[in-house]
This record gives sequence, structure tokens and C-alpha cells, in this order.
Amino acid sequence: MTDTAIRTEGLVKVFGDNRAVDGVDLIVPRGTVFGLLGPNGAGKTTTIRMLGTLLRPDGGSATVMGHDVVADPDAVRGVVSMTGQYASVDEDLTGTENLVMLCRLLGFSREGARSRSRELLEAFGLGDAADRQIKNYSGGMRRRIDIAASIVVTPELIFLDEPTTGLDPRSRNQVWDIVRALVADGTTVLLTTQYLDEADQLADRIAVIDHGKVIAEGTSSELKSSIGGGALHVRVKDPAERERAESMLVSSLGVEIHRESDPSALSARIDEPARVSAALNDLAAAGIELTDFSLGQPSLDEVFLELTGHPAESDAEAGEEVPA
Amino acid sequence: MTTTTEPTPDMPDVSDGLVSDKLRSALAVRERPPRPGALSTSLTFGWRAMLKIKHVPEQLFDVTMFPIMFTLLFTYLFGGALAGSPSEYIQFLLPGIAVQTIIFITMYTGMGLNTDISKGVFDRFRSLPIWRPAPMVGMLLGDAVRFLIAVTIVMILGLIIGYRPDGGFVGVVAGIALILLFAFSVSWIWTLLGLTLRTPEAVLNLAMTVLFPLTFASNIFVDPDTMPGWLQTVVDNNPISHLTSAVRGLMAGDVASSDLIWVFVSSAVLILVFAPLTMRAYARK
Repeated sequence: MTDTAIRTEGLVKVFGDNRAVDGVDLIVPRGTVFGLLGPNGAGKTTTIRMLGTLLRPDGGSATVMGHDVVADPDAVRGVVSMTGQYASVDEDLTGTENLVMLCRLLGFSREGARSRSRELLEAFGLGDAADRQIKNYSGGMRRRIDIAASIVVTPELIFLDEPTTGLDPRSRNQVWDIVRALVADGTTVLLTTQYLDEADQLADRIAVIDHGKVIAEGTSSELKSSIGGGALHVRVKDPAERERAESMLVSSLGVEIHRESDPSALSARIDEPARVSAALNDLAAAGIELTDFSLGQPSLDEVFLELTGHPAESDAEAGEEVPA
Repeated sequence: MTTTTEPTPDMPDVSDGLVSDKLRSALAVRERPPRPGALSTSLTFGWRAMLKIKHVPEQLFDVTMFPIMFTLLFTYLFGGALAGSPSEYIQFLLPGIAVQTIIFITMYTGMGLNTDISKGVFDRFRSLPIWRPAPMVGMLLGDAVRFLIAVTIVMILGLIIGYRPDGGFVGVVAGIALILLFAFSVSWIWTLLGLTLRTPEAVLNLAMTVLFPLTFASNIFVDPDTMPGWLQTVVDNNPISHLTSAVRGLMAGDVASSDLIWVFVSSAVLILVFAPLTMRAYARK
């Protein structure tokens, strides 16, 4: 038993002359939520399909729960589950029928399959929809049955594919709660997302992937601090004082100060947050009153922009699919 | 970003109630039951095929309308001209029309598989620790039921409009069994195409392009003696001709063993070639 759920080294997948995955190195610790963040076409899905033994890598190596995905795919299949676009449920069948089928495929007896299906549907709030065909489920119900289908036997590792894309906030929170419960129970979660917010909320560690390569990896706050401490915003009470405040901040912080379009607002990128309180004291001592100030970490959106040179969502629009 | 907001009416408030004891105890099932065998797994997929017939009965359209249409159309269209009367002609035609009907329906195997793939259902099956060919074998078991429905319709319709097989009940059943065997073998071509072509429409188009010449350039409709020499050569070497001759023979009670051997050998060759190719495509998909 190792502490590593997933380890990849130089993982490569080539489609024609497109290097969809181009040397991905990942280490995912057991019992954590790991976020793969990136726009559509960045290589997230291809990476996960290789880890789930649905695609054979063209280069590099990958082990999942200690099993090599190429040498021992069957052992990998025995400990992982895939969801969503990676591994759909059958839309023509009902919730119960889908789950009974999966239970039977995993070795449950007829009676065992029925009671396990009932238990799962109840646990996921789908008891009333048990005998409805999946194609008549709402987006949120669909996502829950997807996850229920993946935990017929609770796996050691679950791949969640954009678990909340296209969901309303309430359904999104439901899915997040399920993910947290899974992790609390000891399952490792690898989730892909285009939403920085989601990665920020759920993931212990995040890898940012773009053009088939991991371009940054760390905790959410590590990623944020890697692009510089944060952003200082101040508003002076009297706009006439803005110029004086600006020159004082330049001298006490030693960084470039931006004048905002708001005539009383200033902002700055801060590398050494420790100097900010002294600078604010200086302003107060000079009689410059502030109505508002804030020192915050950059959002993951800003991190993404900084790392890739393009915003996270811009590429997403074209190829966006919202499975019902 | 297209965001569809869908309300979840009459759902319990999962946010509060869900990370509840129910979910926690549902998650506690980590003990995997012993892995089921190949047969049990394939039968589960066969059960799925039956469920699909139950939920999407429209898909039986092809197995009911094709046989009725083909049998009636060809019997009354060609019967008078070719054999003097429809009731004369149907003695010759019916075993062949049964063959043609079933062989045509086999292509839906490929379309169904391709649809499953495009919807992502097959990826779930491929990600499970199960006997690898089971999804395909189960699908073909389900298809066998559809073939049986179709061939039964052809036979009953044939009997109603005057077909009188000399081979009796046993001969007819043996003939049907032979058609099912060959159909099962041919289906592996469509599973391969279903796995490798992009869309169900592409599978349909290619299947039609193959099936039309294959079934018409055979001895199903007319005796090849009246054909030009080159076409006779084609027809005599067409596996469909041998299947038709064998089925005719079985149902008439005087089958030629050479035709039977032809059918058995070509079925074996089809399976030996296309089943491994299908499994290879399945593994690499």
C-alpha cells in the first residue's frame, strides 16, 4: 500500500499530428481531491481516459493504485470508477435498471443487486425517479445517477468529469456535498473542471493543464501566490488627495501604482504583503482618509490568465457540451 | 459558457439531507462480491438488450416490417412472372426471403453498438472489471431474439400465403437455426464497423452498400441458370447462395451436405476473422 493514488511520468498521447497529451507528470496522493484544470482540448479528458484504461498511452508510464495501466489494466479497472462523459449510464433504461445491471456485472446476486440499487437511489435522493428512464432526468438528477452508478462498489479512486458543468447552483452544491462525503470516506477523487471556483472549493491540489502539458501544480493558495502576493485596492475619501496618496504608496511600497477609472481609487500588485500595513499607517499619519481598502489573493482566474496567457473560459465556449 | 439551469422539482433537499447517514452507509460498501463468470456477464448484457426492446419498442419496426414487406412484395411482384403463380414461387422464395430478412437486420447490431459508443455507455462497460467480450456477446444474444422474431414472422406469413415445406417442423426449425448461426457470424462484421466508423449513419450506408449486392446477387430470387456466365460465377461463390440452398434443403427435407459444410465453414471464418478484429478495436477504442 503506497500513499500515492496516481503517478504518471512523461505520459503522451498523440492523435495524428496533435500531441493531445504531451509529457504529463502527476502525483496524486491517496485520499485527496485532485483537480485537473484547463480549457477544453487541453488534454484533461485524454489524460483521464488513459488513467482509466480506456486509451492506451503512446509514451511514458502511469500507475493507478500501484497498478500499471498498460501492464495490468484489469487490476486498474477493479479499483477505479469513471463518471459523466467518460462513462455514461444508459439513457433508455430506468435508474433502477441501470444500477441493477451494474450490480449484476460486478457480481451481486439478483436480490443483492435489487437491494443495493434501492439503497443507492434512496441515498442520492432519486427514490421517486427510480422507475423513470434516465433521459427524463433533470441535469442534476442525471449527475447524481452518474455518480451513484460509479459507487455501486465504492471505488478507491473515482474520476469525476466536469461534475457540475451546466448545473444550477443548488444542484452544484449537492454534487459538491457528495464529493466531500466520498473523500471523507477515504476515496481519492480526480476531477476535471473548467471552473476555477470548483477547483478552489473542492481540490486539495490542482494541476493546471494547457496544450497537453502541466504548466503549474500545487494547492490553490500556492498557485495564487506563485504569481505574486496579491492585489491591494484603496479608495481615498477625497479624490483630490489621490495624487498625494499615490506618491506616498510608491515610496513606501516600492511598486507601480495604478489609477483606477474611479477618481478616488488606486490599486497595486503587491509582492510583499507585510509592507502594506505600514504603508496604510503612513497614509493615516499624513491625514489621508480612506473609505475602503482591501488586500486579496488573486483569483484562480487571474492565475490561469497569468500562466497560460489566455483566460480559462475563452477556449471553452466553442467545444462546450452540456450533457443533459 | 452555456449554462442550463434546471430546477430539480420534488427532490428532497439533498444539500442538507444527503450527506446523511443514508449516503454514508451507501458509501460504506467497499467489499466487492466475487467476479461473475463470462456467461453470467454476457447474460446480463443480453438482459439489457431485452430491456431496450421493452423501452424502445419502435426498434422492433425493422424486425416486423422488413419481413412482411419483403415477403409480400417479392412473392406477388415476381411470383406470376417467374414461376407462373405466387403460390408456386413462394415454395422457392420463402427460405431465401427468410435469409435476406435476417441478414439485413444484422446491420442494426453495428448501428446499436455505434450509438452506445457515441453516448458513452460503452466507455462505462469498458472501464469495468468484466470479461471483455461480454458487452458484444450480450448484444448479439439480444439480437438473436430479434432475428427469431423476424424469422417467425416470415414463416407464419409464408404458411398463410401458401408455403408448404416438405421438411416439416423439424426441417423448418433446423433451417431457422442455420440462419441464426450465420447471422450471428455476420454480426461480428457489423460490431467491427460499429466500433470503427464514426456515426450510426456511416454504418448504415456501408452496410447497405455491402448487403444489397450480396443478397441480390445470389440465388434467393431466381435460379442462376438464366444468368450470364460471369454472374453465375459470382452467385455460385456467394456465401448467401450456399446459405439459401442449405436452408431450402433443410426446409424441403433434402439438404446437400456440401451446402451445409459451406455455411459452417464460412460462419467459422467470419467469427475467426471478425471477432478478434472486433475485440482489438474494442480494446483500442
